[in-house]
Amino acid sequence: MTTPPTTDLEAALRTAPPDPAEVARAVWAAVERADAEGLVDVAWATVDSPLGPLLLAGTDAGLVKVGFGVEDAALEELAAHVSPRVLEAPQRLDEARRELDEYFAGRRQAFELPLDWRLSRGFRRTVLERLYAEVPFGRTVSYLELASKSGNPKASRAVGTAMATNPLPIVVPCHRVLRTGGALGGYGGGLDAKRHLLALEGALLV
Amino acid sequence: MDLPPFQRLLDEHRADLYRFCVAQVGPDHGPDCFQEAVVAALRAYPGLRRDENLRGWLFTIAHHKVLDHHRTSARRPVPTGVQPDGQPAVPAATLPDGDLWAAVGRLPTMQRGAIALRYLADLPYAEIAVRLGCSEAAARQNVRAGLAGLRPEVSR
Repeated sequence: MTTPPTTDLEAALRTAPPDPAEVARAVWAAVERADAEGLVDVAWATVDSPLGPLLLAGTDAGLVKVGFGVEDAALEELAAHVSPRVLEAPQRLDEARRELDEYFAGRRQAFELPLDWRLSRGFRRTVLERLYAEVPFGRTVSYLELASKSGNPKASRAVGTAMATNPLPIVVPCHRVLRTGGALGGYGGGLDAKRHLLALEGALLV
Repeated sequence: MDLPPFQRLLDEHRADLYRFCVAQVGPDHGPDCFQEAVVAALRAYPGLRRDENLRGWLFTIAHHKVLDHHRTSARRPVPTGVQPDGQPAVPAATLPDGDLWAAVGRLPTMQRGAIALRYLADLPYAEIAVRLGCSEAAARQNVRAGLAGLRPEVSR
């Protein structure tokens, strides 16, 4: 019994592509049904914003991730730390998209959507929760002040790490955290994005 | 190593998986079969072994859905059912012209399954044999016969 030689026919069988639109329709139908059956543990979508495309991801508990750009690593992080059942299901992010649109249009100062904090742990999470609760729209805080608010005045470096690893930027406002004296410090989405957000909130003296 | 996001698996294999389903159960039921396979795969995914061959696993699920479909339609007197002489379940006229996989859809059931498992799922003959419920030699024979059946179709 010999293996048949590889032929043009065999090569064509391996590569003949189906109609992409037809496949896309079938995928949407499958995702819709999977979602209805509660199988999509992490739903994600990309949305346009004045800062460029944002990746949003949510679980049953709420918004779990906001990413700048369409980072490949974000889906891997969600699969590893939340659930590997990660699928694009934009309708699940409608509320987050609406609140972000309103914020960027200047019609919303506080977010009301439920948040899922599970991508942040320990002291970092404490810091982010204090920031979210205590530093409102239009206000800024220094790393040092935020360390004090979080119960550890000596931990301003750890506060910097908490900001750099914030899984929910924009919504949990790490852009409102500046160096003592008012220098911008850093920002995951780039300093232009930080300036844009502070200007939008009237917090940046130009 | 963690399991990759299901999204990656779907993005990588969706076109072949869809073709696999349509080639085996026809354009009317192919999309349903694909949907069943994706939902079943997503349900089972978190429990999967980390070193599993993901593509093979996905196509095995799709193959089971194809078999479920054949069993259900064999019990129902539907006009597109598998004929007793092993002729294709799919009327040739309902598939697009000039499409190689439409020609696969016109092959007898065993040959169609063998060709799909070989060239879309990329499975070795031993695994094709397990899934078709035949010997490895018969799996090779069905692939060869399927290729022979396709040659006149594609050179027309």
